[in-house]
Amino acid sequence: MTELTLAKALGSGLRRALSDDDKVVLLGEDIGTLGGVFRVTDGLQRDFGKDRVIDTPLAEAGIIGMAVGLAFRGYRPVCEIQFDGFIYPGFDQIVAQVAKLHYRTGGNVRMPLTIRVPYGGGIGAVEHHSESPEAYFAHTAGLRVVTCSTPQDAHSMLREAIASDDPVLFFEPKRRYWTKGEVDEDATGLPMGKARVVTEGTDVTLVTYGPLVATALDAAVAAADDGISIEVIDLRSLSPVDFDTVSASVQKTGRLVITHEASESGGLGAEIAATLTDRCFYYLEAAPVRITGFDVPYPAAKLEDHFLPDLDRILDGVDRALGRVNSLTGWSA
Amino acid sequence: MSTTVPVKAPMSGAKKQTPEFVQLLDPDGKRLSDELYDPWVSDVTGDQLASLYEDLIIVRRIDTEATALQRQGELGLWPPLLGQEAAQVGSARTLRPDDFVFSSYRENAVAYCRGVKLPDLVRVWRGTAASGWDPFEIGMATPAVIIGAQTLHATGYAVGCTFDGVDSVSVAYFGDGATSEGDVNEAMVFAASFNAPVIFFCQNNQWAISEPVGLQAQRPIADRAPGFGIPSIRVDGNDVLAVMAATRSALDRARTGGGPTFIEAVTYRRGPHTTSDDPSRYVDPVVAKEWEAKDPIARVEAFLRSEGVLTDELAASIQARADEVAAEFRAGCLALKNPEPLSVFDNVYATEHSGLARQRSQYTAYLEGFDK
Repeated sequence: MTELTLAKALGSGLRRALSDDDKVVLLGEDIGTLGGVFRVTDGLQRDFGKDRVIDTPLAEAGIIGMAVGLAFRGYRPVCEIQFDGFIYPGFDQIVAQVAKLHYRTGGNVRMPLTIRVPYGGGIGAVEHHSESPEAYFAHTAGLRVVTCSTPQDAHSMLREAIASDDPVLFFEPKRRYWTKGEVDEDATGLPMGKARVVTEGTDVTLVTYGPLVATALDAAVAAADDGISIEVIDLRSLSPVDFDTVSASVQKTGRLVITHEASESGGLGAEIAATLTDRCFYYLEAAPVRITGFDVPYPAAKLEDHFLPDLDRILDGVDRALGRVNSLTGWSA
Repeated sequence: MSTTVPVKAPMSGAKKQTPEFVQLLDPDGKRLSDELYDPWVSDVTGDQLASLYEDLIIVRRIDTEATALQRQGELGLWPPLLGQEAAQVGSARTLRPDDFVFSSYRENAVAYCRGVKLPDLVRVWRGTAASGWDPFEIGMATPAVIIGAQTLHATGYAVGCTFDGVDSVSVAYFGDGATSEGDVNEAMVFAASFNAPVIFFCQNNQWAISEPVGLQAQRPIADRAPGFGIPSIRVDGNDVLAVMAATRSALDRARTGGGPTFIEAVTYRRGPHTTSDDPSRYVDPVVAKEWEAKDPIARVEAFLRSEGVLTDELAASIQARADEVAAEFRAGCLALKNPEPLSVFDNVYATEHSGLARQRSQYTAYLEGFDK
C-alpha cells in the first residue's frame, strides 16, 4: 500500500498498463515532455519512449481517429483529452466510429480504446474547462462510461478500462486529482461495472459519482447530526449503470436522491430516476429527487458555486425526499 | 492535356482549374511517354494490361448489375462507380495483401481487387448487415460513410506499421468533397508529423452529390498536400496505367521510410451519386458528353487492339466472363438471408453490457409471446 493522490494513482495505473502490455500506447496533447497539464502522465515518456507515450498535434478528432487506426493494427490506445470541453471536436470519431465499429463489423474489429477525460468544475477555470459531458456518451450504444472518486478506484478502474476489449470513456474528477488515499496496485477490488456502497444508511439513498462522492459523504455526516441516515452510493460505472445495487438500496430506504454536476435535462439523474421508479415503484415513499447543475452553459468562475450542487443543496434534496421543510415547500412551512 | 471543370461555377471569383497531370494513355489509346513515371510501369506487359482491362470490364459489369438489382427492388440503394474504374483498379491492383485499405462507399472496384466475395459487396445495400466483410480477411476496412473519417484511421494504421517494423502501407480512398472535411486535413497533419506510410488517394470525381469541385477547392486539390509537407501527384484518373505508376511510386516512398504521399486522380462520376439521386438537375449534358469521350476502358481497348493484344475473340471471352461474374453476383445477392431478429443486439459490445442484456431478455420474452 502506498499513499497517492488520485492523479498519481492514475499515473501509476498507466505505468502498470504500459509495463504489462506492449500494445498499450498513450496519445494526447502535452502528455510527453510536460507530463500532461495535470501531470498524470509525468515521467512516462521518459521511461517508455516516444513511440509509447505520444505527443500528438493539437486535434482531438485526429487523436481519436489515429487511435482507431492503431486499434485496427492490434494496439490498445489510451487517449487523453486535455479538458472535458475539448472533447467535442473528437465527438464524431467517438460516436460514429469508436462506438460503432465492433457492431458494424459483426465483431470482427475490436476497439479497445480508453479515452481519459478530466471533467467537472470547482477549480475556478474559464469556459470549456469545467464541463460534465458524460451523458452524451452514456447515451451512445457501444461505449462504456466510467468515473472514479478515490485513488484506489482511479488506479484499478483505469487498468481495467485499458484491459477492456470495449471502448471506455474514463472520466476523471479533476477537482479531486489532489485527494490522497491508500493505493494497493495488486488489489482485486470491485469490477468497474459495479457500484460501491460508500456508507450504509436506512432513511435515504443518495446516488452520485465522480467529484460529488466526497460532497455526498459530507452530506451524510451532516445529516446524521439531524438523525437522518443516508446511504451513499458511488455509481462508478455510468454505462452500464449497476441498477441492482441501487435498487437493493432503494428497496431498503424507500427514498432516492440523485446528484451530479451535469445539467439536469436528459442527464444520468433522469435515467436513474426513471429506472428506479420502474423497478422500485412499490417501495418508494416519495418521488425521486434530482440535485444537479442547472440547464445553463457552465458559468463564470465566480458563479460556479451557484451552479454546482453542494452540501446544502444536497441536504435540501434529502429534505424533499423525506417530506421535511425544504426550498420547494417554503422555509416557513 | 487539360480537364474540364463543371461549367456552372458555384460562386463568383471561382478560378478555373488548368491542371497538368500524369497521363500515359491518352483518351484515344495513344501511349504517351513520361520520363518520371514510365519506369514505374516499364514491366507491365500487354497481357498484364489485358488483365487490367478485364478487371475494368468486370467491375463496370458488376456496377451495372447492382444498379439493375436496385431498380428491381433487390437493393435499397447503390452508389455507382461508372467512370471511376481506372482510378480504383489501377491503384488497388498495385497493393500487396499485407497493405491495408480504408475506403469510402464507392470503392467497390477496390474491394473487388482486394478479393471480396461478390455478395459481400451488397450486404449493406440490401440491408442484411451493417457491413459487408471481415476487414482482416481482405486487408480492407469496411467503408466509412462519414465523409473523410477513414483518412485518420489509415494514418493511425500506418503509424502502427512503423511501430511494428513492417513495410506495409495503408491507403485512404476518399473524394474531392472529403477534402473539405476537418478529418482529412487533420490526417494530413498527423501523417506528416509522424512520417506515416500512408497514401491519400483522392478520386476527384468532380462532384459531391450535386456540389461541383469548384465549391470545395479553388486550386487543384493536389496543390494542398505540399503545404502539409506531403508530396503530391496529379494523375489522369481515367488512365489505368498512369494511376498504377503514380501509386507504385507512392508505395515505394512509403515502404522505404519516405512517409505519406497524396495522389489526386482526376476522374468523373458519370452516374448519379446513388440510385436515389437525379443528376439531370445539376449536370451539364455537354460536360458529361466530354467525359464519356475520356472513358477509362475505351482507351485501354484501343491501345490493346493497336498492339494486337486484344482480338475480337479475347474481347468476347472477357465480356462472357464479366457476364458470368454478374450472374454469380446476382445469385449471391438474392441468396442473402435476412438476419435473425435477436441479432439486433449482437456485437454492440465485445463483453456483456448489463443494460443491454436486460433489453435483450425483455425483447426475447416479447417475441416469444407471438408463438403462444
